[in-house]
Amino acid sequence: MTAPGFPLAVLAELTHRCPLQCPYCSNPLALEAAGAELSTEAWKAVIAEVADLGTLQIHFSGGEPTARRDLEVLVAAAAEAGLYSNLITAGVLLDRARLVALAEAGLDHLQLSFQDSAAAGCDRIGGYKGGFEKKLDCARWTVEAGLPLTLNMVVHRQNLANLPEMLALAERLEARRVEIAHVQYYGWAYLNRAALMPTRAQLEEATAVVEAARERLKGVLVIDYVVPDYYARRPKSCMGGWGRQFLNISPAGKVLPCHAAESITDLTFDRVGEKSLREIWLHSPAFEAYRGTAWMPEPCRSCERREIDWGGCRCQAFALTGRAGNVDPACALSPEHEAMQALASAESAKAAREFTYRTRKAGEVAAQMIPERLV
Amino acid sequence: MSEKITITEDSVPGLPRGVKLRFDQQRDQWVILAPERLFVLDAIALEIVKRCDGEASVAEIVNDLAETFAAPRDTILKDVGALLQDLADKRILAA
Repeated sequence: MTAPGFPLAVLAELTHRCPLQCPYCSNPLALEAAGAELSTEAWKAVIAEVADLGTLQIHFSGGEPTARRDLEVLVAAAAEAGLYSNLITAGVLLDRARLVALAEAGLDHLQLSFQDSAAAGCDRIGGYKGGFEKKLDCARWTVEAGLPLTLNMVVHRQNLANLPEMLALAERLEARRVEIAHVQYYGWAYLNRAALMPTRAQLEEATAVVEAARERLKGVLVIDYVVPDYYARRPKSCMGGWGRQFLNISPAGKVLPCHAAESITDLTFDRVGEKSLREIWLHSPAFEAYRGTAWMPEPCRSCERREIDWGGCRCQAFALTGRAGNVDPACALSPEHEAMQALASAESAKAAREFTYRTRKAGEVAAQMIPERLV
Repeated sequence: MSEKITITEDSVPGLPRGVKLRFDQQRDQWVILAPERLFVLDAIALEIVKRCDGEASVAEIVNDLAETFAAPRDTILKDVGALLQDLADKRILAA
């Protein structure tokens, strides 16, 4: 195997604290407590180290990254290290003064989440009353500060009917980009799958809406569209390949190949400070486990797409089959593919289950449950 | 609502806030860093983009390139127009 390149981007999950409780949160079920979070100095050291590795972009995320009072300091550290910085926020804790301070500290871009196109749905799905109005303010202040604004809309069976209004909202708020992202089913979303999974017809309609909007809004609004794996024929190129372009630092400093990697319970992860990031990236067993193509089973190993999709998603293979090294069931060549599609069809056809909202308590309970698998 | 940009010879292109031209030392290449995007520039694209300073018009950029590379102005205008329109459509160019 040729030596790996170095990561292009790093996701810095500064905290798991968040005022919202979205039932598809990408954080692990077992949420880190505030007391376990890395210090300002430790994060500054991480920033310097990732810049030295040749990383170009840093995404400040969470939880809600603005819950950290030192965010401005970390944004300034990223700017000083020459990193392009992106803030991924729910927007409800920001006021205008803080947004200006972040812009002045050198923030390059802000990505703001909306859980739906109007207040009732947005506040219900996010589990945060009054959130929608605060998000509108945040969007306005971002544009006022001259920062590029991206809206992030996670879509599922309970808000897909409002997709045209979501796109109109992005246009009205003068976003340069909008991400329409179908839920990816790991962790919290896996737990809430039966409340979130759209029907195939809903998916097809959404795709048609996006395609028409892309044509109509060319040069006005860039639309990124993330499709759901459960109705796919070929898997996504998850993270552009395991340990190939991307690394993730958890609030407590665990170094992960992706934000969901802790769901693969038979992997262990190194922590920042214990070893250099260079050492972890190049040699840690968790990064080496599924890097490249040597780990692949058949039919992946001899597949002509093996260096296009890199075998799809390890977390999904683990969630659905119990083994991260199995073929991603999103691929039509997986023995579990039909069962996966049948599961999606069956769940989406039934009445939606109640959400289990993302709280530390619910996560502790859910983490103890025995996960349902296809095999 | 944002307005679509149409690039003409009179346009004065520049990189807006949140879009940065940078040399990527690790990989020995020039890149544009933009919201959740990375565009690797070839030698020609680099010559064009580095002239987008928010002061020179497209006509001036084309003249400069035609002179520097002793190439026909028409061909250069076509290439420059196509590249800049593409960047504008991706919302990473102001003009």
